[in-house]
Amino acid sequence: MLETEVLVIGGGPAGLKAALSAARQGAEVTLVERDPFLGGQLVKQTHMFFGSKEQYASERGVNIAKILSKEVEENDKIRVLKDTTALGYYEDRRVAIEMEGKFETVNHKALIAATGAQENTLVFPNCDLPGIYGAGAVQTLMNVHGVVPGNKVAMVGAGNIGVIVSYQLLQAGIDVVAIIEAMPKIGAYLVHASKVRRMGVPIYTSHTVVEARGKDCLESIVISQIDDKWQPVEGTGRKLDVDVLCVSVGLTPLTELLFQAGCKMAFIGELGGHVALRDINMETTVPNIFVAGDVSGIEEASAAMVEGQVAGLTAAKNLGYGLDDYEEKVAAAHKELDGLRRGPVGGKIRAGLDKLYKEGEVAV
Amino acid sequence: MLEKTGIPTPEQLEAIKPSKERLAKGPVAIVECFQEIPCDPCYTACNRGGFLPFEDINDLPRTDEEKCNGCSICVGFCPGLAVFIVDETYSDDEALVTIPWEFTRLPAEGSQVWGLDREGNEAARVTVKKVRKSAKKNGAHVITLMVPKDKAYDIRSISHKE
Repeated sequence: MLETEVLVIGGGPAGLKAALSAARQGAEVTLVERDPFLGGQLVKQTHMFFGSKEQYASERGVNIAKILSKEVEENDKIRVLKDTTALGYYEDRRVAIEMEGKFETVNHKALIAATGAQENTLVFPNCDLPGIYGAGAVQTLMNVHGVVPGNKVAMVGAGNIGVIVSYQLLQAGIDVVAIIEAMPKIGAYLVHASKVRRMGVPIYTSHTVVEARGKDCLESIVISQIDDKWQPVEGTGRKLDVDVLCVSVGLTPLTELLFQAGCKMAFIGELGGHVALRDINMETTVPNIFVAGDVSGIEEASAAMVEGQVAGLTAAKNLGYGLDDYEEKVAAAHKELDGLRRGPVGGKIRAGLDKLYKEGEVAV
Repeated sequence: MLEKTGIPTPEQLEAIKPSKERLAKGPVAIVECFQEIPCDPCYTACNRGGFLPFEDINDLPRTDEEKCNGCSICVGFCPGLAVFIVDETYSDDEALVTIPWEFTRLPAEGSQVWGLDREGNEAARVTVKKVRKSAKKNGAHVITLMVPKDKAYDIRSISHKE
């Protein structure tokens, strides 16, 4: 059995910042990461980040991963377990892990779940043909493994991930024939949309994939305009010849461990699905179990990093570390989060958090 | 409509155009950023006060057209690739348009390439005047193009296929 004060599960932007924040306050931290490298989704994000200096604005995600990973690896208060998967949560507050092919358990005083999210899928005829991928999977293939997925791509979903991955496909020299979005408006930051448009990629809003076609693998798709009841508009169908279809229709928080740990959960659509009820300092209804990043509600990586800070600072404080400057540091982090969420693009997350805190009051 | 198409409307573009007097003086930044998102590197990149301070990080960027000298440092810093420099004074029939560029293949200085409009249409053959590799380690490259004067407000990219 391993012993630690603060156990952080997940080495993405939220987990890295949580580990650093808790360790810098004086806590002894163990960070568990499933992949053989740290950084989570940051490692494949080749675009410059928005936000302000505090969240590394104008740096590319892949470089933020390098900066944070280095800080974590060099911090002697943090033990990093890569290639290690958290398997489950036991009643006696131990977390089961699989490490280098062996089963272990980790005893901890505080737990920060920064487990991230998984991609949603879309169901349509022949949606299981080879050549149909999640957009995140294609991003991993290209930007982590250096493999191009095909030659002609259609993207479903004009949110940030769909539009950014489309642009990265262009950068890899692959044709993107269309971005198809069921909503009447583009969900991505509009500057991202403008940059793919001026490279000649059309964006079809109020459109959906009617079916995929192909014998052994994807050869074409049929798309159609949809009306305000989401029904295909007759006579608007058209065939696009593509060998790859990327699906980017949202993310769902990875909350299994939190369910197991007995955290009170609520389904909040604006946050991406089931999330743990929590207070503003990221502590769930189970004392000393925290959440940070996409697992606590789907949002940008810049917000995930700040949530990680809040969780790390508070976990350390609960264990008696960093009491002198806790209030000051956590207030600064909240100010950053407020800034990131205050504008029009923060409307959805604000609505989701309002519901979350209301549910929390009922639960208490 | 920008939210539907990803392309700013003529009215939106007209509203952010620097004054005639300023354009007559030489290069100046044009910021095609029409959505309030939490982002301020354009402001922090400029060391001559060319951008007005942000009261809120979600504010739209506003330039101080007298302080901006069109140096183009912000072009490589903007995460949205939304800042361009236009110099109408270059010659009688050509203007300079400076764009951010994030493709590995860089065009050669002096070469002719297709200038693309905001929809990706080939708007005119343009000459690559200058290519500056990213000033900071991982920003965007910055390319200055000689374009027909009447296309200075249309051409915002070049083809990546040549």
